[in-house]
Amino acid sequence: MTNSWNTYQCNDFYDELMSHPGQAREPAKKLVAYFQSLSDDAVESRRKAAEATIKEMGVSFTVYTDNGNIDRSWPFDIVPRTISKQQWDKTSAGLKQRLKALNKFIDDLYHEQRIVKDGVLPAYVLENSQNFRQECVGVSPPFGVWAHICGTDLVRDSDGEFYVLEDNLRVPSGVSYMLENRAITKRVLPELFEEVNIAPVDNYCAHLFDTLVALSPRKIAKPVVVVLTPGIYNSAYFEHAFLAQQMGCELVEGADLVVQDDDCVYMKTIAGLERVDVIYRRIDDLFIDPEVFNKESCLGVSGLMRAWKSGNVALANAPGAGVADDKVIYAFVPDIIRYYLGEEPLIKNVETYLCYDEAQREYVINNIEKLVVKPANESGGYGMLVGPHATKKERERFVQLIKENPRNYIAQPTLALSTSPTFVGKNELEPRHLDLRPFVLQGKETYVTMGGLTRVAMNKGSLVVNSSQGGGSKDTWIVE
Amino acid sequence: MLSRVAERIYWAARYLERIENTVRLISVYDKLMFDLPRSIGLGWYNLVTINSAEQVFHERYKVQDERNVVKFLLGDDTNPSSVASCLKYARENLRTTRDVIPAESWEMINELHLFVTDNIQQGINRSQRYHFLDGVIQSCQQIQGLLVGTMPRDFVWYFMKLGRNIERADMTTRILDAGVRVQMQVWSDEDAINSQQIIWGNVLRSLGADQSYRRSVRASVKSEQVVRYIIEDAAFPRTLAYTLSALVDSLERLPKHEAVLRDVRSVQETTLKTVDYSDLGEPMKDYLNDRQLDIAAIHSRITENWFTNY
Repeated sequence: MTNSWNTYQCNDFYDELMSHPGQAREPAKKLVAYFQSLSDDAVESRRKAAEATIKEMGVSFTVYTDNGNIDRSWPFDIVPRTISKQQWDKTSAGLKQRLKALNKFIDDLYHEQRIVKDGVLPAYVLENSQNFRQECVGVSPPFGVWAHICGTDLVRDSDGEFYVLEDNLRVPSGVSYMLENRAITKRVLPELFEEVNIAPVDNYCAHLFDTLVALSPRKIAKPVVVVLTPGIYNSAYFEHAFLAQQMGCELVEGADLVVQDDDCVYMKTIAGLERVDVIYRRIDDLFIDPEVFNKESCLGVSGLMRAWKSGNVALANAPGAGVADDKVIYAFVPDIIRYYLGEEPLIKNVETYLCYDEAQREYVINNIEKLVVKPANESGGYGMLVGPHATKKERERFVQLIKENPRNYIAQPTLALSTSPTFVGKNELEPRHLDLRPFVLQGKETYVTMGGLTRVAMNKGSLVVNSSQGGGSKDTWIVE
Repeated sequence: MLSRVAERIYWAARYLERIENTVRLISVYDKLMFDLPRSIGLGWYNLVTINSAEQVFHERYKVQDERNVVKFLLGDDTNPSSVASCLKYARENLRTTRDVIPAESWEMINELHLFVTDNIQQGINRSQRYHFLDGVIQSCQQIQGLLVGTMPRDFVWYFMKLGRNIERADMTTRILDAGVRVQMQVWSDEDAINSQQIIWGNVLRSLGADQSYRRSVRASVKSEQVVRYIIEDAAFPRTLAYTLSALVDSLERLPKHEAVLRDVRSVQETTLKTVDYSDLGEPMKDYLNDRQLDIAAIHSRITENWFTNY
């Protein structure tokens, strides 16, 4: 029997589980010892069990075609990724700090814009923001919070430190997969849960529900909370249905809601119209209200903005929150934290070059083969250039794009993303790069998930972890 | 409960029931084929007529033979009432309401879908048709059984029951209609008496009602009694009387049901008052046709009362 744990090569990257070949890091010791004790066949049978569990639980990603639904099974590696509780506590504090500052920032942008007046954020950046919504100016949502649910992407560099790669403040997804990953692992590796002290994750939905309920404009015993989905064709529909089910609230589509002359939102039920207090919307800003934004949208609800502005319904996240979900604004987040909280950021940003600045643009163009270039407002890993892996032609195209629209591009050094042992064959392990998306809630209180969704680039050497582009995932353990 | 969810559940139940009944209808004919004298020349095209699908059929086929009719009813996705189409719609409706139905029922629908897709040719060829039809009926009943055993009796359940019984009432009239038409075809035949037993015995069997008929009527199979049983019996769950009173049961559990309930009660009344068993030819065909119109009217009332009235 080849024991691949003893020969596992971690190379120059920081490995989440192994410090040297055969040598596990402290939080992973029991886990690694356990896997080492299993025969090849035993490992194989656990992997099979995981696959079967995923099918049974119907954890899927939807790709919809006319020839039927393709529910792609969720790609999952059974070796969990471990992080020490001690380190997580620090990270968690950093995430709360970050979201608190970002919310103050958004609130300021839609009111006095002190940060611009004080010269911390150049006016130019705001003027050219695609996600600043003029319609939201002057609105004051409860607790001054605009981004109630945030998915922050963290990466670990070769120095072993966590860095924030981006803040997702619009409609971040993935939390249901985090919860399902844990459920799968519990079924497949039940013995380990007796031996290792693993922080539970399943209270997320309860916290989400409490966060949403606290936003209700009507102070009643049971405010009506709904999840608004674009529908079955959306790739995250599984998650929308999952969250609605877990919170015990209705999963609605735009056509189920109506805004009446009293500027209140109602849902169409078999007993008549029922008032809705809080909408957890999973539809992008531009589609939520054809009266105000995209006129062609049939996903949204006419009059929703009116209702929200009159304070008759709470929207989470609030429209306009995406203004802070912009990769140029991202570069300013450390300053934003200092400005609003008077604190030093607890988690660092990845070094970022802003192409609208002449000197920085010059540097980016001259060093493009070393950098990752990203558009300011895309998500899902689309439209970016990974310099070292790109062809000359692609690089030239990006230089052109940057010159045409410098505000829309940023560049970052190619990160040495951390790795973790991942099964690639029968009891054969290889390192695969990964990141981490914890979810942060802010409303009346703040809450951070224990760990988050670990996304893995399943292809050898690849740095792209997005599930839309061949990424997979692992369970994430915060270990005492 | 959201109106949209109620509507989708109602339709899912209708489609599931339609699948089972279409298959039952084909199986009546399939059985008659074995038993009726060859001289009669059974018209498979009757099955298209009683489903009111002549136009759609003619757009696709020239020859009105067994193969085309069965293909049209089972596997043709241009026919919105074919088993394949109904299955597609049922899945589509359940897919978007998975949060309110038992998870296993979704898996079972998928299995049924796989079974039908993989074996549709068996259903079209006569040699293995029985196996296929039986498989679909079994699978439908398995799903019903699961729902009965695991669903809470809440609004979701009552909308499902409403859909199931509307469809069942409608299909029962059509299955009866199928019997009436075949009977009219054999009227002139010298073996008419014998043929009648075969026809009505098969109609009963296709509804799964042969045993209960014998126990309740305690007489041999005669056309008038069979028709009366299928229209009026209060105990067997596929008769017209039973399905109508099942509608009443469901309606009473739903909010603002008054107008629909009034309609159903009046249909119940006409059903019993206007029925006449003295001539099971044209007058019975007309009677059944009128009941189908009644049922369609109840359906429209349900739609406007709960699904679209905003």
